[in-house]
Amino acid sequence: MTEESARLRVKTWVCATIVVLTNVFGDYFLKRGMSAARSIAGPLDYIATLFQPWVACGVVLLLAWQLSRMALLSWADLSYVLPVTSIGYVLVALLGRVLLNERITSVRWAGIVLIMAGVALVSGGTPPQTTYREVVAP
Amino acid sequence: MKWVVLAVMTAATTTGEVLQAMGMRRHGEIRDFRPSALGRALAVVVRNRFVIGGFTAMGVSFFAFLKLLTLTDLSFAVPVSAVTYVAETILARYVLNEHVNGLRWAGALLVICGVVLVSL
Repeated sequence: MTEESARLRVKTWVCATIVVLTNVFGDYFLKRGMSAARSIAGPLDYIATLFQPWVACGVVLLLAWQLSRMALLSWADLSYVLPVTSIGYVLVALLGRVLLNERITSVRWAGIVLIMAGVALVSGGTPPQTTYREVVAP
Repeated sequence: MKWVVLAVMTAATTTGEVLQAMGMRRHGEIRDFRPSALGRALAVVVRNRFVIGGFTAMGVSFFAFLKLLTLTDLSFAVPVSAVTYVAETILARYVLNEHVNGLRWAGALLVICGVVLVSL
């Protein structure tokens, strides 16, 4: 059982890292592309926007995000995945500081500390899976 | 207008993510990560009606988010949409029957407060 839970934990960490990185960079590219195109009036504008390079990159990453998140949810609880993957907000704030020289105010630092404490509580204190799951034969 | 778009977005996100979690749980744990096996798993999963419902709701949420970005700033949209964390944790407990113990509630609450502060 301990070997099984260790296996699940490692697998969860690897998959959660992929989920977080694809989410953070997907949102960043999307935001970058969308701020270049500020006028959306009808459905056709949405479709045209999707073909802008930054937006397209963002969409591809967000697709990878969805797929890796689905894989993660095939074994991990939603109430585990939600708080743990929110470490992405911390990453966004830190990336903004490093790449874009954005200032991190004391309020945002407080938020970063709270998120990290929450992630530590959930990921360190509770197992990824609390309900019985069927195992799909390989 | 922005409140309507925001309400649509949060409701769609919550519904979509809970349906997706429900569908993936029904599918069972993915253990084989070779590309061919992942492709087969994907082919099974896309026919799961919970997953289809989840994707539909998330599509609505995605386009609402794009619209929202043209109406307002991320520093408004993101903290308010942290309300989905509350709704989803409650649904995870009562609909998905996950064992949300004290540590998990405490962690979720810390994260929610933190998300609001970080994105203000």
